[in-house]
Amino acid sequence: MAVVGAGPAGLAAAIEAQKRGLNVLLVDMNLKAGGQLIKQIHKFFGSHEHRAGTRGIDIARDLYEEAVSSGVEVWLDAAVYAIYPGPVLEIARGILATRTASKEMVHASRVVLATGASENAVSFPGWTLPGVMGAGAAQTMINVERVLPGKRVLMVGSGNVGLIVTYQLLQAGAEVVAIVEVAPKIGGYGVHSAKVRRAGVPILTSYTVLRAFGDRQVEGAEIVAYDEHHNPIEETRQFLDVDTICIAAGLKPYAKLAALAGCELIYSPVLGGWMPVHDENMHTSVPGIYVAGDLAGVEEASTALEEGRLAGLSAAESLGKGGPDAADEKESIRERLSMLRIGPFGKARADAKSEVIKVGEKICRAG
Amino acid sequence: MIQALASTAERDKEGDESGMRVTEHPILGGLTPGRVVQIVVDGKKIEAREGETIAAALLAAGIRVNRYTSKRHEPRGLFCGIGQCTDCVMVVNGVPNVRTCVTPVASGMVIETQHGSGGRAESDEEV
Repeated sequence: MAVVGAGPAGLAAAIEAQKRGLNVLLVDMNLKAGGQLIKQIHKFFGSHEHRAGTRGIDIARDLYEEAVSSGVEVWLDAAVYAIYPGPVLEIARGILATRTASKEMVHASRVVLATGASENAVSFPGWTLPGVMGAGAAQTMINVERVLPGKRVLMVGSGNVGLIVTYQLLQAGAEVVAIVEVAPKIGGYGVHSAKVRRAGVPILTSYTVLRAFGDRQVEGAEIVAYDEHHNPIEETRQFLDVDTICIAAGLKPYAKLAALAGCELIYSPVLGGWMPVHDENMHTSVPGIYVAGDLAGVEEASTALEEGRLAGLSAAESLGKGGPDAADEKESIRERLSMLRIGPFGKARADAKSEVIKVGEKICRAG
Repeated sequence: MIQALASTAERDKEGDESGMRVTEHPILGGLTPGRVVQIVVDGKKIEAREGETIAAALLAAGIRVNRYTSKRHEPRGLFCGIGQCTDCVMVVNGVPNVRTCVTPVASGMVIETQHGSGGRAESDEEV
């Protein structure tokens, strides 16, 4: 079995399948395994099974060690750029480390795609200036590279990413001048917005960024409030002295490889946009290809872990290696997934996911 | 050329004194010393930390413009940080279009601001 993407979903899928007797190859185009967990320095919350109280960076290290010690073969700096019927994966190895690549063709009985998500952009005059960047890019700089992307930041978007990265920018020593949120309400969890507010960062709802100023890089931003008809309120227009504008406008499933593989896609606004249709075993419309994690709908790292386990287990089961406890184990994974989809935020995701699976039960034949 | 000269002057001013390194951190602790390597950016030597990406080394040195676009010669810098958007590509050891946000530095690496697609003809074109 081949797993594409060594974030929480891919690592969990690889571990689960390897433990059930498959030979697993896990490939990731980055130099480090762990996906976006490697920059999550905050403690996760939730239940004990979901590593509540543990920081993402530690979960990434533990999962990677477990994968390697259970016998998973890991190729880092390996970019899958084509999938042919078979499935056969065409992989370029060594681009980042050597700036040249060797090509590998890998034939796999089963493939789990766990390619994650990418950030949405917001365009406004000046958005291409150096200093305007994704909140995720800023987070990588401060928490992985230990370099500030700028000193005075405007954060655009108050979802969990916007709130968490704001707090982490403060921890790293930057100043966050404000968070603007185009919606009338804060997007993320109260626990995150409370921390940010306690630290003195104003969260301006019904506000948006109008433009970025600067000749060669960001030297300022203009923001404005909107009325209930989405018209700008002129007297609220103000200039902010910032050198950086971070965009935290949500994530979308990174579905390029799945589309290339021929997986049927479905549009789910709640889950981030276009994503591969899958059934309750995470199997797609292409025989032998499974999906898990943010690619299968943008949720959280804990959800990605459970979906990865489910995909790995289902793939093993389809090859006769599920073991005697496969059905029970799948049921308990699905129960834990339901527990992760409660509350006002979770309910919407649970409903959206059911819709996807309903379509999936019709077009995704068991692998 | 005017843009290139302005950028060099600004770099000299900022130098290594830009204070962009996160040396102390409440969760991650102090920055471990690590090995320092020399790289050359547009003819100027700067210090980088072994293992960090080119984009990080440049930001730490106060350099935010990685390239200029082909037609309108607009500046571009780090945007996605995951090797997908190509805004941060530069000419590295003579090879254009290297994604600096995911490519690690190496001792003696020669890095140049990329103009257009990084071909010779375009680099020499009057801006």
